[in-house]
Amino acid sequence: MPIHIIAEKCTGCRLCIKACPLNAIKIIEKKAVIELDLCNLCGACVDACKLNAIILEKTTRHTLDATRYSGVWVFAEQKKGKVQSVAFELLFKGRQLAEKLNTDLSAVILGEKLEEEIQELIWHGADNVYVVEDKQLANFQDEPYTNALVELIKKYKPGIVLCGATSIGRALISRVAVRIKTGLTADCTGLDIDSDSAILLQTRPAFGGNIMATIITPNHRPQMATVRHKVFPEGSTDMKRKGKIIREKFDGRLLLSRTKLLDIIEEVESTVNLTEADIIVSGGRGMGGAQNFKILEELAYVLGGAMGASRAAVDSDWMAYSHQVGQTGKTVCPKIYIACGISGQIQHLVGMQSSKIIVAINKDPDAPIFKVATYGIVGDLFEIVPALTKRFREILKK
Amino acid sequence: MDIIVCIKQVPETTQVRINPATNTLIREGVKAIINPFDTYAIEEAVRLKERFGGKTTVISMGPPQAEEALREAMAMGLDEAVLLTDRAFAGSDTLATSYIVSCAIEKLTPFDLILCGKQASDGDTAQVGPGISTHLDIPQVTYVKKIREVGNSYALVERMTEEGYEILKVALPALLTVVKEINEPRIPSLRGMMRAKRAQVLCWKAQDISADSGRIGLDGSPTQVVKIFTPPPRKGGQIFEGETSDIVEKLVELLKDQI
Repeated sequence: MPIHIIAEKCTGCRLCIKACPLNAIKIIEKKAVIELDLCNLCGACVDACKLNAIILEKTTRHTLDATRYSGVWVFAEQKKGKVQSVAFELLFKGRQLAEKLNTDLSAVILGEKLEEEIQELIWHGADNVYVVEDKQLANFQDEPYTNALVELIKKYKPGIVLCGATSIGRALISRVAVRIKTGLTADCTGLDIDSDSAILLQTRPAFGGNIMATIITPNHRPQMATVRHKVFPEGSTDMKRKGKIIREKFDGRLLLSRTKLLDIIEEVESTVNLTEADIIVSGGRGMGGAQNFKILEELAYVLGGAMGASRAAVDSDWMAYSHQVGQTGKTVCPKIYIACGISGQIQHLVGMQSSKIIVAINKDPDAPIFKVATYGIVGDLFEIVPALTKRFREILKK
Repeated sequence: MDIIVCIKQVPETTQVRINPATNTLIREGVKAIINPFDTYAIEEAVRLKERFGGKTTVISMGPPQAEEALREAMAMGLDEAVLLTDRAFAGSDTLATSYIVSCAIEKLTPFDLILCGKQASDGDTAQVGPGISTHLDIPQVTYVKKIREVGNSYALVERMTEEGYEILKVALPALLTVVKEINEPRIPSLRGMMRAKRAQVLCWKAQDISADSGRIGLDGSPTQVVKIFTPPPRKGGQIFEGETSDIVEKLVELLKDQI
């Protein structure tokens, strides 16, 4: 087994037990023992042990010549010919990484008739833009997009590839990573370069968000990561920036698809996309009924925000599932999240706790939501919310 | 129509408590359940079987106790179960995991459809489903919210997007990952539970599925965890109580520059 404890060194200090996220370590006769059926070799105990008594061995069979791979790439997702803002956020972060590595930042865009968007990518910091235009690529489809991106990666050998953790990004990049047989880290909240090894340090929440893990891909290239929308800021544009445009054409066979897109339907109800919204007004069990959401709707309208809901509100059919925030719903990261009558169960908190400002309105002073709220209001939401709406309407003149 | 459903056993988060001293999850005594997203995949497979007939197989990779999750899936109506359990699988990242599951599915070939939940509630990566379809070189549709129609060699499905949904026709065999909107999973019937209790769960190790030892477990995983740490907990801020008009005035003052 690749993990074992050196019994002579172990003093039974229990530090490893505290560190183990899987509860896989026990003390038997004053020595730590790892229950191998539970262990997933995450290495948390190895870090925690001050006596170097835990050994985790990994054998790598092939040696990688990392110098053959260079540059930071950002997959620039487009919909209806428009680059999605997550791509600009990645270019902002990618720029910092490229500077630390003293290398180029490139964007990759697949689609049809992309001229203006290419400029936009350069203004947002791309030194190079790799472009594949083909009518087969006009809208996202798993197979042609995967094939095109795989070919580009094989040809130009980037050191790092970043992609938005969107519904398109997650489907696409998972396939690409498997085809290239490299590592992929989902939903990173932090990206940095290790100054000694020049390796990408990918930090993400693990085990439900209460533990952070830093993950590396030491022996495979490119190093690939996805990042959720709004985790990084967009950065400014410089319309004087110049960049290189590299166009590629692929054989039609490479762009064949076993799925066929028949129609795209946009739903009016979710016009203000929850994950895009800068302000979210959200309601929970404390709202008492579907009709009471009207007061939240008015506040959201005045603030130009979107409507959210807790699982309790959705399960009671007060709001549609598309509004649900939390573990089984959407993860949001707005500037302001206003939680009304939401107690703040852990499943809800994991979906919204990275919001910049959290306002909580709740009758119960002991509600867990107040533990994460920037501004907590103990009081009757049916009084406070309409008063807030009225005051904001005056100020914002709506 | 033969269907394979891939599931994962995860800790039940409604029971998760947090140790205030270390800000880490307390896992002691936490019940293991089927990943909630996978229950929709199980339900959809049962419904398709009820409409079209055929065989359904549920498959999971995990420690020996993941057998419980497979029995629960059989209680909901799936026919057969395979548990992929081997200490050599420990430490597998999403590349190695999707490889292992795809090796097992090769052994179960032919099939028409593979169904997975959109992601697991503990890891949240959404990478294993697409990984499996890539290893098997079959098409995929992620975030499926409705299967409209199934023909001999195709399925017509709705795929959820950020703005609404898309209608796609996908050639079979294919892999679909499904979202909550697709159905409401049933409660297992007493008869189903009795049957599941007696049913056989096949246990396969790495050699049973001809998995290459260099591509599984820690050695077969390109990603490596180098550090695990507890972020400082988000601190509660100011609390306001008292007259509504005072509270509203203060709050508007604090927020107005952010809007």
